[in-house]
Amino acid sequence: MADQEITLMKGNEAIAHAAIRCGCDGYFGYPITPQSEVLETLAAEKPWETTGMVVLQAESEVSSINMVYGGACTGKKVMTSSSSPGVSLMQEGISYMAGAELPALIVNVMRGGPGLGTIQPSQSDYFQACKGGGHGDYHLIVLAPASVQEMADFVDLAFTLAFRYRNPAMILADGAIGQMMEKVVLPPFKPRRTEEEIIKECPWATTGRVGMRKPNIITSLELRSEEMEIINNRIQDKYRKIEESEVRYEEFMLEDAEYAIVAFGSAARIAKKSIEVARAQGIKVGLLRPITLWPFPVKEVCKLAGQVKGILSLEINAGQMVEDIRLAVEGRIPVRHFGRLGGIIPDPDEVVDALKRLF
Amino acid sequence: MTREEIIEKGQVVYKKPTLLNDTPMHYCPGCSHGVVHKLVSEVIEEMGMTDKTIAISPVGCAVFAYKYIDVDWQEAAHGRAPALASATKRLWPDRLVFTYQGDGDLACIGTAETIHALNRAENITIIFINNAIYGMTGGQMAPTTLLGMKTATCPYGREVSLHGYPLKITEIAASLEGTCYVTRQSVHTVAAINRAKRALRKAFEYSMQGKGSNLVEIVSTCNSGWKMTPEKANKWMEENMFEFYHLGDLKDKGAEK
Repeated sequence: MADQEITLMKGNEAIAHAAIRCGCDGYFGYPITPQSEVLETLAAEKPWETTGMVVLQAESEVSSINMVYGGACTGKKVMTSSSSPGVSLMQEGISYMAGAELPALIVNVMRGGPGLGTIQPSQSDYFQACKGGGHGDYHLIVLAPASVQEMADFVDLAFTLAFRYRNPAMILADGAIGQMMEKVVLPPFKPRRTEEEIIKECPWATTGRVGMRKPNIITSLELRSEEMEIINNRIQDKYRKIEESEVRYEEFMLEDAEYAIVAFGSAARIAKKSIEVARAQGIKVGLLRPITLWPFPVKEVCKLAGQVKGILSLEINAGQMVEDIRLAVEGRIPVRHFGRLGGIIPDPDEVVDALKRLF
Repeated sequence: MTREEIIEKGQVVYKKPTLLNDTPMHYCPGCSHGVVHKLVSEVIEEMGMTDKTIAISPVGCAVFAYKYIDVDWQEAAHGRAPALASATKRLWPDRLVFTYQGDGDLACIGTAETIHALNRAENITIIFINNAIYGMTGGQMAPTTLLGMKTATCPYGREVSLHGYPLKITEIAASLEGTCYVTRQSVHTVAAINRAKRALRKAFEYSMQGKGSNLVEIVSTCNSGWKMTPEKANKWMEENMFEFYHLGDLKDKGAEK
């Protein structure tokens, strides 16, 4: 079957191909290393001639996220991608979309910061992605792919979750996942929704007053405090529902583990190799890999605290997710962090050394 | 004669467009926004586009435009309306898409979005209310504030050495390859209102004909911000604003051929 064909490509390219295949209506982006292949691949594929997908290079990340905002208002499946400094510029638009409760996909292929930083891989935007990032009380649904295959698979999943909850979703990858080439089976082709289907699925969308229905207004503005609190409470209720229903994670060699590594994305791949090395030395260690960083697998980490003697948070940053792990563990066992900064990826042996040193 | 008798005899010479609803406007008495809202409503109605219009409101005095004109609205972040409009029009090419923005929104914080949307020849219309001041935030200096004009952030008058020059963004827009129709109008007299309405209609029609981007500037008063009576504000506008912001069409590519 043609759809099951295995191809070799970069993570960034997989994002682009998956977007076309999952019926995405529009991509709006701005070049930035290490994710420019997303826009480049889309431009080369010319999906506007096949599926009718709009692809537009904006004048800035500020503009591309606001194009996504405009497109999302109309009920279309729209997305952007960028890397850390560009995603910082997008925070205004992301906050507006969270406030106006709009579905959209933002891909962040992280590089090291702060500032212009480096173009090498990093996971230092965990806080920005998971704790709001922009102004106001809000959350994105954050998916962390650990392979090119997951880059491809999470595009459709992110859109599904975004539309299910009318909330922006983010794929939080890093330069390693974006740039590495791996085998991938691209998702099957799904046609873009027709205008009638969009209007039926998104009766709130600004599609024009089709059938002379009442005007639809998309806004995040409400000057009356009493009303604004009601809106905020409704959004918070939605977040509680997402926390209950959408936690995703992977367990690896945890059955007999005395220690656990918690790691996401690239770091989780390194963790698996470290576990192999550690077990050869008689250290029983396993991995919990959060796939959704928000909602964070709080219950699973909490449960782990009843089983293992200590948890190592392996992150390619100075220690961000470790805070969420500590909150989940509630001080019952030691939780340590190990990571490398500046775009350096830790190697499995230094992770094993860290395990030995820190516990 | 009773009201009903007059209507029966077909003698109605003027009525409020049905798209303009009865919500009391928050605009100050004497403000130009109300007149422009009415014209926009009339043109959409006359073009039969009520069920096919998607409008983008700004941050500024017109932030609540969506409360008054009964079409679908998206409320943009400050300055970003042209980006929303660009995507919306590309995703729904048969819809009438326009933004409605003030001078601070369009010519200051949103300069990049404005110029690039116009130069990409997006088939949209940008309605630009230029009253040379930030009205919503209480009368601060705008990019279009005239030299010598006093505002809350240039209380001794705008000075070149301190604040630079007022920006003629409409002239910049006219120089862009992507723009089809660029015009500067006003709504301070009946004749001017009629001209502004024709300009809006032309811009909307060009955008639906796929001729490129359109900018309709309306030189306006802000009698509250200017601290004048509405009447005096109109006179001041005629004597000062029109001298710097010349009225009339700057570009009409749609009429060529």
